[in-house]
Amino acid sequence: MSVTIEKPDKPATAPEAARSARSLVDAVFRAREISIAGALVLLVLFTWIAEPRFLDDQGIKDLLLNAAILVLLAVGQSVVVITRNIDLSVGSVVGLSAFACGKFVSGTDHGALTVLALGLLVGAGCGIVSGALVSFGRVPALVVTLGMLYIIQGVDYWWAQGEQINAADVPESVLDLGSGSVLGIPYLPLIAFVVLAGTAYVLRTYRGGRELYAIGSSPEAARLAGVPIRRRVLAAYVFSGAVSGFGGALWLARFGTVVADNAHGWELTVVSAVVVGGVAIVGGTGTVWGAALGALLLTTIGSALAVLKVDSFWQDAIAGALLLAAISVDRIVRVRMTRALRKRSTR
Amino acid sequence: MKLRWDTAVGVLLVAVFLTGLGTTDGFASRDNLAFAFNDIAEVALMALPMTLLVVAGQVDLSVASMLGLSSALTGQLWDAGWAFETIVPIVLLVGVAGGLLNGWLVTRVGLPSLAVTIGTLALYRGLASVVLGAGAITDFPETYAKWAVDTTTVPGTFLTYPVTLFIVLAAIAAVVLHATGVGRSLFAIGAQEDAAYFAGIRVKRLKLLLFVVSGLISAFAGVVFTLRYGSARADNGQGFEMLVIASVLLGGVDFDGGKGTLFGAVAGVLLIGVLKNLLTLNDVANEVQVIVTGLLLVASVLTPRLITTVSAWRHRRAAASTS
Repeated sequence: MSVTIEKPDKPATAPEAARSARSLVDAVFRAREISIAGALVLLVLFTWIAEPRFLDDQGIKDLLLNAAILVLLAVGQSVVVITRNIDLSVGSVVGLSAFACGKFVSGTDHGALTVLALGLLVGAGCGIVSGALVSFGRVPALVVTLGMLYIIQGVDYWWAQGEQINAADVPESVLDLGSGSVLGIPYLPLIAFVVLAGTAYVLRTYRGGRELYAIGSSPEAARLAGVPIRRRVLAAYVFSGAVSGFGGALWLARFGTVVADNAHGWELTVVSAVVVGGVAIVGGTGTVWGAALGALLLTTIGSALAVLKVDSFWQDAIAGALLLAAISVDRIVRVRMTRALRKRSTR
Repeated sequence: MKLRWDTAVGVLLVAVFLTGLGTTDGFASRDNLAFAFNDIAEVALMALPMTLLVVAGQVDLSVASMLGLSSALTGQLWDAGWAFETIVPIVLLVGVAGGLLNGWLVTRVGLPSLAVTIGTLALYRGLASVVLGAGAITDFPETYAKWAVDTTTVPGTFLTYPVTLFIVLAAIAAVVLHATGVGRSLFAIGAQEDAAYFAGIRVKRLKLLLFVVSGLISAFAGVVFTLRYGSARADNGQGFEMLVIASVLLGGVDFDGGKGTLFGAVAGVLLIGVLKNLLTLNDVANEVQVIVTGLLLVASVLTPRLITTVSAWRHRRAAASTS
């Protein structure tokens, strides 16, 4: 029996079409970040025109300082969300780590680097537990990290017993980290930027980073392609925990005052920032740059409302409406794009 | 026999209850039990629609914010001199509207419910503080408070009004979920949404309906909360969304959808309530209660997993030794 294998009609155009499709998709993702950046610029411009002091030296510094810790957390959270998981425990990790660091430095001087390292370790420890439960226990991330939220928070409250760390107990070297600057740029945003750029580079360039996207877009396909899913997911959680713990140490440096329910409820703000920044909650897409922009946008809205003397009561409502608008527009654009691409490929 | 997790939670609930009976004076008194339930009344009410949502593979994080908005609105309208009988329908309508917005964004725009309701969580809480600001309105008369407090009972019974309401609603939810076509459709949607759609289930309409019911019950829970504490505040019930979801998941309802029983969810809610009460009666610090809730939650997903792994291992070993 003879089988004639028909050659595809246009073998030459197929990769070309694929390439143009890919560049279109790329354009959409880039547009996603550009549109958030655009919204941010508009917001800042508008506020600046209404109140010029918004963008004086101190104003810019405040904007960056306010955003720094949230940006850090958003970077960690994105890495987890890209793998189609979620880490709801980040807020309580910040609280625990800030308190642990505060307790550690109280009345002594261990130096800023030791404190940062301690924060990092505390966070990574929490991340290992959540990550191991999710990746090796193979149980839903939302349930595990919700449980971890309660456990870590409880441990923190239990340890603190209503005690408070005051700026007076915190050594100068640590407080300097929060208030100092180099070339006029405060340390905190600088640190956040370094972490952000490093993470973006790893996610984009290294095999391990790309594999996180593979896991998020299709865990089954990733498994069949030989991606060590468990190890990668565990690593994502450890990273998110470490970054949150680091954020806790920076919190201490920034504010000096630490109570047990620091950063209480932040988990949802962080997830909002990530989602506004275009990291899909179902995994597989998005960049940490977008997430960082999302975090910057959320904190800038708060500052802008304060400067414009809008009732602070409006802040949550505006942030929520903005989040809904951002994800709806994104979704509609994507649906249109897919339709356009399909039309093009059938033509 | 395979041990089902929801049965296990039921057994655990009875065990905790018996422990309370044996170790703690006054635990089984009517007053204490009424107090123990009323203490979690709003969480319990909101857990009912949440169970149906999670079975259908959805989630509503905005429930506690809707409770706050409803409480703020109740307070503000009461302060403006409206009659309570007019306020309640208005507040419930706002709950329906909030649910419609959630459902519309999920079904028409096609967004994941987790992302949508994180947005409306902030939005509704924000609107609550816009409505009422940071203040509180507290001058609700006794005549209304009796509907929610644990000292008044439905005439002829020993049940408080919130308990009675919960029993009725839980029975309705159980029938809907386990004995009707709608319930089977919800399981189908949660298990495989595309398959459910092609099998002729009106997926979008059902999902929309679930969000509306969730909004409605949350608004109602806001009225109950306001009357129970006699205080309307914009930040009432803050963080309750986590507790509601925790109770449902603790009851063995699978967060990925398609699996779970209403019995399990109710047992989960009651377990959290009874445990909280028992620990409080025994002067266990609040922090420890928080840790216990977390441990229970982690255990609730890990234990069934461990049991399966261990039994599979045993099975393999038995097979190996016979061959």
